[in-house]
This record gives sequence, structure tokens and C-alpha cells, in this order.
Amino acid sequence: MTTSTAAPAVSNAKTKQVPETGRTWRTGRTGRTGRTGHRRSLAPGKRLPATRLIGPAVFLALWAAASAAHLLDPGAIAAPWTVLETAGQLWTDGTLTTDVLTSLERAAYGFAIGLTAGVALALTSGLSRIGEALIDGTVNLNRAIPTLGLIPLFILWLGIGETFKIAIIAIVVYIPIYLNTHAALSGIDSRFVELAEVQGLNRLTFIRRIVIPGALPGFFVGLRLGLTGSWLSLVVLEQINATSGLGYMMFQAQNYGRTDIILVGLLIYGVFGLASDSAVRLIERRVLSWRRSLSN
Amino acid sequence: MAPLAQQLTRPAVSLRSLTRSFDGRTVLDSVDLDIPAGQFTALLGHSGSGKSTLLRAVAGLDHQVVGSGELTAPERVSVVFQDSRLLPWRRVLDNVLLGTEGNKEAAERGRVALAEVGLAGRERAWPSELSGGEQQRAALARSLVREPELLLADEPFGALDALTRIRMHALLRRLWERHRPSVLLVTHDVDEAIVLADRILVLDEGRIVLDLTIGRAHPRSYRDPLLGEYRERLLAALGVREDVPSEDGLVTKDSK
Repeated sequence: MTTSTAAPAVSNAKTKQVPETGRTWRTGRTGRTGRTGHRRSLAPGKRLPATRLIGPAVFLALWAAASAAHLLDPGAIAAPWTVLETAGQLWTDGTLTTDVLTSLERAAYGFAIGLTAGVALALTSGLSRIGEALIDGTVNLNRAIPTLGLIPLFILWLGIGETFKIAIIAIVVYIPIYLNTHAALSGIDSRFVELAEVQGLNRLTFIRRIVIPGALPGFFVGLRLGLTGSWLSLVVLEQINATSGLGYMMFQAQNYGRTDIILVGLLIYGVFGLASDSAVRLIERRVLSWRRSLSN
Repeated sequence: MAPLAQQLTRPAVSLRSLTRSFDGRTVLDSVDLDIPAGQFTALLGHSGSGKSTLLRAVAGLDHQVVGSGELTAPERVSVVFQDSRLLPWRRVLDNVLLGTEGNKEAAERGRVALAEVGLAGRERAWPSELSGGEQQRAALARSLVREPELLLADEPFGALDALTRIRMHALLRRLWERHRPSVLLVTHDVDEAIVLADRILVLDEGRIVLDLTIGRAHPRSYRDPLLGEYRERLLAALGVREDVPSEDGLVTKDSK
């Protein structure tokens, strides 16, 4: 394994701790005898910074070009600069700030509750047979019911104010977090449980050193799904009897045929969604730096 | 050095009519065994002979297994498995320290143990960055750091390549000479047992069929002709004859 097969010092200065095998194939320009070509790496290669922004940038450029060439009906879809102008106006009015803050608050409350519930339930269900018997089936039943279908019932129970909106977001968030964390927990290698016994770990240390780190990869998958879910449900919820919020703003704009305002709303949803997802990815890469996968 | 038999009086492990069975099949059949403190014992047997079951019983890992008999084992027991079983999310030193108090003094012992197995400087590496042999060295360091009275090893070198295995044999013997725990090494490799152990037990169908003391000085050479005699006796006890190839050209256990 510890071969130092004369890997040429091409760009390897920065990529520390690369696996010895595999990497030597890709950078191996020294010419291996008896082989004409070089075996191609199946991994997608080194990641360039900010590459995730290239796709959206191309899309924006196409949109701007089409608008400038009058290929798009401004009534159906406003030009990018009109959208920005409208955003500026709404911002100076102060209405946009209120709407954004209201939406953020709803998402944050719902997300926080869903996150806590998802993790707590997954741990209880993953670590005790009684917990599993009570929780796992119930959550899966809950998952089978479309959460947005619960809206009428929740309005009757919780009133038509903020509470029902936060409750729905919490449900949308906790389900993927629970499912993925629980799956990761039950997937922890039983050999590690045996190791914990041999090393004389107590239950708390076992959970801290083995269970939680072992379940983290699954938890992060759930976290990202939950995050997307919270934004998605917000769009729907804010069109039901809201007086502020991004969804409300867009709903109103529809009545006046203002596609520019609708696009401002969509743009902000998109920016928030992308930003929160990137933040989670960043944390994930830090926390799971021990993992060597296609992504790093 | 005085003959080991004189130093070893107090038994570290003591089994009395130890019986274990899975699904009604008896795997250990009333085994009696004393391992004196500080003795390096190897346990040989075919797959399914019950040797791993015996080791797991001594390690206290057989919760769900039906059985009877008496078993005495020391308090501080370490186990080395066939796989290194390092937690991929903990760095090498943190893996070695798993189960210790986690204070400065323990960390220092961990560093010393890593240096002893030749892994000084790799404390901060991730397990996936180590080779198979290095991972198994780290596992040895993890078992040493607990200063065990009894070291149980379940085919610890079975997954390593032949060259690494020879190096690990020397390392294990050196560590034993320095720390003197009682060792129970489970293996199916006759040569490994002969080169390492001072006493070899052969387990067959749940019973100890041969108890052999190897009175040769260490380090032992794999080519020592006298070891060949032990080898023949052990292979005979295992029911393997080297000179008679079976029909498919392989050497197999004689059919009875």
C-alpha cells in the first residue's frame, strides 16, 4: 500500500493526503512501460472553486440576451434589469424587507422545531427497541400522508395565524431528517458495537464516540432535504391567508399581472435556498472531512 | 532466561467444562483449560472448530449464546480482531485512546504505544490513510494502551499479505516480551503458531485434542528443522497430511 511509485510532483503540492492508489494513474505522465495510453480516472476530477455558480450564470445570460433581443414578452416574463429595478423599489419602500423577514422567521422557526424533533426521534428510535416500536411506524405513516393535505385540518386546530404555518413547515422538515438519520443509525456496523464493548465504553461514550459520528453522514442528507422542504412549503403556505411574506407578495402581484414582482420573489427564494444549501454543504465537508468520496 | 514453565504458576484464564452451542449444535464441548499468567498460547483449529467461539467466550462477547461451565478471566482484557476495526471518523491517536480516560497522561501513553508499534508521527492520520499492516499496528497499539493482563487475538494477521505478516509476527513477539500479558492467539496458520507461541492447543469439534509445549528459544526461524517435527504433529492433529494430494490436487483433511 505504501508505495511511492514516483508520482510526479504535478499539482500534488496542494492536494495533500491523496490516496496513493488511483492518484498515481491520473498524474502519471512519466510513461509506464508496456502501456500506450493512461488509464482514465473514474472519479470526476478536481473541483474548481465556485463551479456551482456557472450553471445559474449561463441561465441568467440567456435570459438577459433573449430579453434584450425582444424575444420575450415583457408581460409574460420581465427582463432581468426590470426585476432588479423592481427589487430596488420594493426595498426602498420597505415592503420587501418586511416580507423577507416574515418569511425567514417562519422558515427558521419551523426548521428549528423540525430539526430538533427529527434528531430526537431518530436517536430514540435508533437506540431503543421500545422507541423504535412506537416511533418508526408512526413516522412512516405520517410520511405517507401528503403534509400539505394536512393544511385544512391544521387551520381548524391551530387557527389561521402563524402557528399552523410553522407546524406544517416543522412536519415537512422533520420527516427527511428522521428518515435519513434513523437509516444511518441502524446502519452502524455491529462490529463497532462489539469494539465498544471490548474497549469498555459506557453507554454515553458509546453514543458520543460511535453512534453520533456514524450517523452524521445520513443526518446531513436529511438536513439538506429538510432545508429545501422548508422553502418549498413556505411558498404554498404564504399564499393561504397571509398578510405578509414572500409568497403573499407574489400572490398579490399575480392579481395585478406584475411578473417582475413574482420574479423578485422567486429570485429571493432561489438565493436563500442556494445559500442555505451551500452553508450546510460547507459544514458537512468540514465535519465529515474523514470521508473520502467523489465529492472531495 | 529461566524456563517459562517455572515462572508461570497463577492461571490467568481458567475454563471448566465450558460448553457453548448454536441452534442445538455443540460448538464447544466441555472444554477444560488453564492458561498461566504471562504465557503465549496459540489456539489452532479448522474453520468451525470452535476456536473463535472460545475466544469470544473468554472476551465476554457471547451474550446471546447458549452455554454452561465456569470461566475465569482477568479484569483487563484487550482484543485484537482480524480487521483492525479502527473508527474511520477518529484520527489514529484518538482511535488508540478509545475507552481510556482521555486525559493528558492517557494521550501520552497512546503516543508511546504508537511509537512502540512503529507508528510514531502518524498520530493525526485518518485510518483510511494507513496501509492494512499499519492499521493492524494501530489496533495493536489500541490494545496495548489498556495495559492488558490478557491479550486475545482472533486471527489478527489473517487479512495481511505474507511479507507484512512476518513483520507483524516479530512485532507481536517483541511486544509480548516487553509487556508480558497472557496471550491467546487464535489462528489457522500452523507456522504462525509454531513461530510465535510457547504452547499450542489444537481444537477439533469443540474439544482440545492436542496440548503442545514448544520448548525452542526465540527468535525462531521459519526454517528451523526441529520446528518441522512440531509442524508434523500439529498437522496430524488437524487431520492434514502434506504428502498425500487429494483428487483435485489439493491437500485436504483426511476423511474418516
